[in-house]
Formats: sequence, C-alpha cells, structure tokens
Amino acid sequence: MEENQGVWVFIEVNDGSIEGVSLELLGAGRKLADKLEVPLSGVMLGKDVMPLANEVIYAGADQVYVVDHPVLKNYRTESYMKCVCTLAEKYKPEIFLYGATPNGKDLASAVATDLSTGLTADTTMLDVDVEKRLLEASRPAFGGNIMATILCKKHRPQMATVRPKVMKALETDEGRKGVIIEEELELREEDMRTKVLKIVKDVTKKASLSEAHVIVAGGKGLGDIQGFQLIHELAEVIGASVGGTRDVVEAGWLKHEQQIGQTGETVTPKIYFAIGISGAIQHVEGMKNSELIIAINKDANAPIFDVATYGIVGDALEIVPKLIKQFKELSKEKGGEMSYV
Amino acid sequence: MHIVVCVKQVPDTKIIKINPKTNTLDRRSAPAILNPYDAHAVQEAVKIRNKTGGTISVLSMGPPQAVAVIKKSVEIGADLGYLISDRAFAGADTLATSYALSKALEKISKDNPIDLVICGKHAIDGDTGQVGPGIARRLDIPPITNVIEVSEVNKEEKYVHIKRKQIDGYEVIQSQLPCLLTVEKEINDIEYAPLTNMINAARYEPVIWSVNDLEDVDKTQLGLKGSPTIVGKMFSPPKLEGGKRIEGSTDSQVEQLMGILMERKDLLKIKTANS
Ligand SMILES: Cc1cc2nc3c(=O)[nH]c(=O)nc-3n(C[C@H](O)[C@H](O)[C@H](O)COP(=O)(O)OP(=O)(O)OC[C@H]3O[C@@H](n4cnc5c(N)ncnc54)[C@H](O)[C@@H]3O)c2cc1C
Ligand SMILES: Cc1cc2nc3c(=O)[nH]c(=O)nc-3n(C[C@H](O)[C@H](O)[C@H](O)COP(=O)(O)OP(=O)(O)OC[C@H]3O[C@@H](n4cnc5c(N)ncnc54)[C@H](O)[C@@H]3O)c2cc1C
Repeated sequence: MEENQGVWVFIEVNDGSIEGVSLELLGAGRKLADKLEVPLSGVMLGKDVMPLANEVIYAGADQVYVVDHPVLKNYRTESYMKCVCTLAEKYKPEIFLYGATPNGKDLASAVATDLSTGLTADTTMLDVDVEKRLLEASRPAFGGNIMATILCKKHRPQMATVRPKVMKALETDEGRKGVIIEEELELREEDMRTKVLKIVKDVTKKASLSEAHVIVAGGKGLGDIQGFQLIHELAEVIGASVGGTRDVVEAGWLKHEQQIGQTGETVTPKIYFAIGISGAIQHVEGMKNSELIIAINKDANAPIFDVATYGIVGDALEIVPKLIKQFKELSKEKGGEMSYV
Repeated sequence: MHIVVCVKQVPDTKIIKINPKTNTLDRRSAPAILNPYDAHAVQEAVKIRNKTGGTISVLSMGPPQAVAVIKKSVEIGADLGYLISDRAFAGADTLATSYALSKALEKISKDNPIDLVICGKHAIDGDTGQVGPGIARRLDIPPITNVIEVSEVNKEEKYVHIKRKQIDGYEVIQSQLPCLLTVEKEINDIEYAPLTNMINAARYEPVIWSVNDLEDVDKTQLGLKGSPTIVGKMFSPPKLEGGKRIEGSTDSQVEQLMGILMERKDLLKIKTANS
C-alpha cells in the first residue's frame, strides 16, 4: 500500500473536447495532491485525443497519461477499463477520481471490481487526512437527508466518482508546465464484445437547462397547471429557460427533462428564480450553485429562503403577473433597445 | 431465453425519517418496498420474454423479509425467485454485494444457463449504481448501463441492440449475449398485472440459500469483512444561510426586484414590442 502514490483524475472526452467535470476534478485533485505533496495526473483515452493533453496540464495536472488508439474512439466499458486497469497497476496511484457521469460511473464501477478496491459514489465533498493518507469522500445519503463520509482504509487506489458542477475548476493557465506520457497498449477490435452503432446528440436539452443563463423554475405553489403558465410567461418575456421540481413533473405540468435537482438536472445559471418551491434538499442540491437566486414563496419559513440571495415572502400568483407586466411595459418603452439575442 | 433480474428491498426514501440526534435512519418510519428501478427491470424482462419465450428468474440478497420483493416481482411476471440470506452477507459494500450476487448467479446458471442479467440503474437507498457493473465484471460479461430501450433481442445469433442514455443524448449499442443491463425508469411503464399473477405471487415461495448453499465462495470477500469501504461518519448537510429579504407591499417588492434584475439586464433577453 505504501508504494501507491499520487492523485489521478480520469479525463472524459466527449466529441473532441474535455468534459467540464474532468476540469473540475483537476481543480479538486490539485488541492488533494498539494496537501499530500504528490503529483496530480490526468488519464486520458480516446482516438486523436493527443492534442488535448496540454489542456489537462493547463487545468492543473503535473502529468498526463494518454492512450490514443482507434479502438478507443467511442467509450466502451471493456476497452476503457482494460487501459485504466493496466495503467493503475503499472503506476499505482493512491487516489483516483472520476466524474459521476454515465460513462464515468460505468468505468469506475468496473475498474473498482477488477482492482478489488473501494469506490465511493456520487461524492459532493472531498478532503484528505494527510497523516493517514486517507481520502474522505462525502456523499448525500437517503435521498439527500444526510451526508455520509466514506473511507477506504486498506485498499488502494482509493476511488470516488464526483458529481458534476460541485467542485471548482482552476483558471486555465497556459504557462503551466507538465509531462505528457504516451502509453502504447495492445487493443484489438476483434476482442470487443460490444459495438457502438450510433450516437445521437440531443442538443435541445443541453442548451435549454444546463447551459441556460437564466432559469425560471416553478413548484407546486403555483397551484395547478394554469397557475404554472405564469412560469412560462415570465420565462418568455425575459428569454429564460423553464424548470421545475419533481412534484411538478410528477403532476404532469412539465416534462421529465425539465426537473431540476438530485434526480434531475444540475444547473448553475447566472439567475435562478425559484417560485412556489419549498426548497427540499433534493431540489436545492441541483440549483444551489446558481449565481443569483431569487425565491418567491408565501411561507416565510420555507427552506428555499436559506439558499436564496433575495427572498420575497408573498403570493406568487399576485407577484409574478406584476413582474411580467413590468417587463412588458419596459419592452414597450424601450422599443428594440433591450433585446439581446 | 433465461433472464435473471436482480431485485433489492429498500426503505421508501420518499417518507424516510432521520433521527436528528444520532443522524441515523429511523427504519421503522419507512416501509420496505421493491426498489422502483428494479420493478422496471422486471417489467422489461416480461416484455422481452413475451417476444422470445423463456424464463424469468429474480434474485435478491437481503434479510428473510426480502421475500416480499420476490413476490412483488412474481406479481409483475417473474417465474422463479431466489433469495440469498445469511448474516455472512451483512454489512456489504458494493464490491462484496456484487461478489455474493455473482456467486448466486453462477449457481442459478448451472441448472439453466443465463442469457441476460438485468439490474436497476441504482437502488434508492444506497444509491451508488455500482452493483450492476460489478456483477458483470465478475461474470465476465459486458455491462451496459443507463439503458432506455431494448430495441432488438436476437437469441439465435446471440446479440442485443440497446439504447443507452448519455449526458447529451443517447447511443445505440450492439452487445453479445449474455450481457448485463442496468435500466432507467423511462424504459417502460409498469403494467397492471393479470389477476393470475397476483394469485401466483401470494402463494409463491422462493428458493432461499444461505452462504453454505453457494459454491466456491471465498468468505473473506463477503459482508463487512469483504468490503473495502466503510461509512466513517454521518452528518447533517452544511447549513446554508440565505440572503436578504425584500420587504414591503407587493408593488414595492416587485419594484425592488426589478431594480435588482435591471443590474443584470445584460442577461435578460426582454421581448421587444415589435418582435
Ligand atoms: C430520492 C428523492 C429524490 C428527489 N429528487 C428530487 C429532484 O431531483 N428535484 C426535486 O425538485 N425534488 C426531488 N425530490 C422531491 C422533493 O423532496 C420535494 O418533494 C419537492 O422538491 C417539492 O416540490 P415543490 O417545492 O414543488 O412542492 P412543495 O414542497 O409542495 O412546495 C410548495 C411550496 O409553494 C409554496 N406556496 C404555496 N402557494 C403559494 C403561492 N400562492 N405563492 C407562493 N408560494 C406558494 C408553499 O409555501 C411551499 O413552500 C426528491 C425526493 C426524494 C425522496
Ligand atoms: C449511507 C450509505 C452510503 C453508502 N455508500 C457506498 C459507497 O459509496 N460505495 C459502496 O461501495 N457502498 C456504499 N454503500 C453500501 C451499499 O449501499 C451496499 O453495498 C448495497 O448493498 C448495494 O449498493 P446500492 O444500494 O448502492 O445498489 P446499487 O448499485 O445502486 O443497485 C443497483 C442494482 O443492483 C441490484 N442490487 C443491488 N443490491 C442488491 C441486492 N441486495 N439484491 C439484489 N439485487 C441488488 C439491483 O438491481 C439494483 O437496482 C453505502 C451504504 C450506505 C448506507
């Protein structure tokens, strides 16, 4: 176990660019590596990914292991886990982090089984006990009602998947220097038992919520589907995207992909309106990192006010129409002047 | 076609209560249910069997009460049920859980070779999603996670076509059979079971195995002993503070809010009168 050293981050590449969560993990991994006084490494697999290696260094890594091979063109558990296990056995990291994306979770679960080590799922807080060289990975449990710190004392590497948009990426620094290590591994297409036949991107989804600058989100407090129209109207006049709570989705007022929270989308817009939303932990989990949060709720004790930058205690059915009216007047007054498209 | 679905009994986290003093789960507060994702897994197995014929077995690891989720699975349409239940399995993390389940699967496949294993995407209590891929690795079959559609099952040529959810869309994968799928809820709707299923379920008694009924088991890989991870501590999520309150009459509140928003008007795409 003592021979295991260094912090590793799996770098996920999607469509020729590095996933945001991998950059966030390089930020978080940098802190752990500095505390432990060990190097931070990225592990990047794919086809024609070599040109991205520098970005990994600019984002905080001291070194990058790259396997660039035609068989790795698309993510597949078998080919990716084979590479990752081979590298981990050869270089023996002590900590290994993955983004908690569909592919990151899939890969980490398979690798943990083959390396016979522990894997903490969906971590939202990371720290390290320097003396014991122990990763402290904390995750929400029981529907987010509580946090649990998971430890892996006797097995190495200590592995964790980490939720996207929780950790902070470092500023890209093109002056950073690091080492790029290209690894040659033997992979044969004939050995693969799965084939990716087709990849379909749903651009509308990504553009509408995770990338939105402004989100108007509504909850059961709007009363019924008619009341919920106010959310659509407000979003319309200010050019925002619409989201909502799970209860609203279950009531059929919104589509499943518009659910925000632990079991829905995680969003980080510049402005987030939470209207008629109580602020259950599972909802807050998905929006708390928004820059400016405005909450409207008639219950002064609603937990949503604990995360709101500005809180308005009042009746949404009264306030929102007035807000819409103000914006509509504004647009009349100013003519085309205020339109930013 | 022999399909085995892994089903877990979980506390209903929708109504769970946490003891604020000890930060532990008040298990009595939550009724035990079939993990919702696993209900969809059984339903998908039924859909496949309706096309290909064959047998659906369900497998669960848990205390004796977990028989209830096997009965529930029979109600949805499973044919056979197996429960592995033993103190030796207790306290398992995902590595030890997938080990125990894979040993039971090996035993089940001796009588009737398995063509397909289906798991839920995750269990709503432990919520790791790691058990399915773990089982697949141990059985050395391909895992396919986040499945939203099984579009083709060819049992003669032994392959399946699967739609797998991705961050920004989906992909279509061809895999050999046998393989292991973990399914999302959107894969299907749970159908109303025929009355005969309910009658079968009420009477059904699954096969129950203890650790000694399984073969070639390395007991050091089971339960607490075989689990590399442990729960170090439990604590309440960090308390958040909240910001300013906007006070006053409704009109004044709206006025103040407009002021705040106008400071960020660069972000607002206000519809113009003539657009
Ligand atoms: C495992 C698990 C996962 C979950 N995942 C998610 C998730 O991803 N996302 C999610 O959102 N939820 C999730 N939930 C559900 C969550 O616990 C809450 O039940 C849900 O967020 C509540 O939705 P709500 O705020 O719309 O409704 P409510 O909690 O009913 O709140 C309605 C609010 O509206 C206010 N109100 C009423 N009338 C008015 C009015 N006229 N004007 C202003 N305010 C008014 C009320 O004071 C109240 O605060 C999950 C739960 C579990 C157990
Ligand atoms: C608060 C808390 C946090 C935890 N965190 C971790 C962690 O980070 N890492 C870790 O390794 N373990 C962790 N565990 C332990 C983990 O919950 C158990 O190992 C559990 O037995 C299986 O994991 P799961 O519930 O996450 O299942 P998942 O992997 O989410 O379940 C996926 C699917 O596997 C099948 N399955 C799972 N369990 C069974 C079963 N008993 N019988 C039949 N089929 C089953 C079902 O099809 C299910 O839908 C944690 C436990 C607690 C209480």
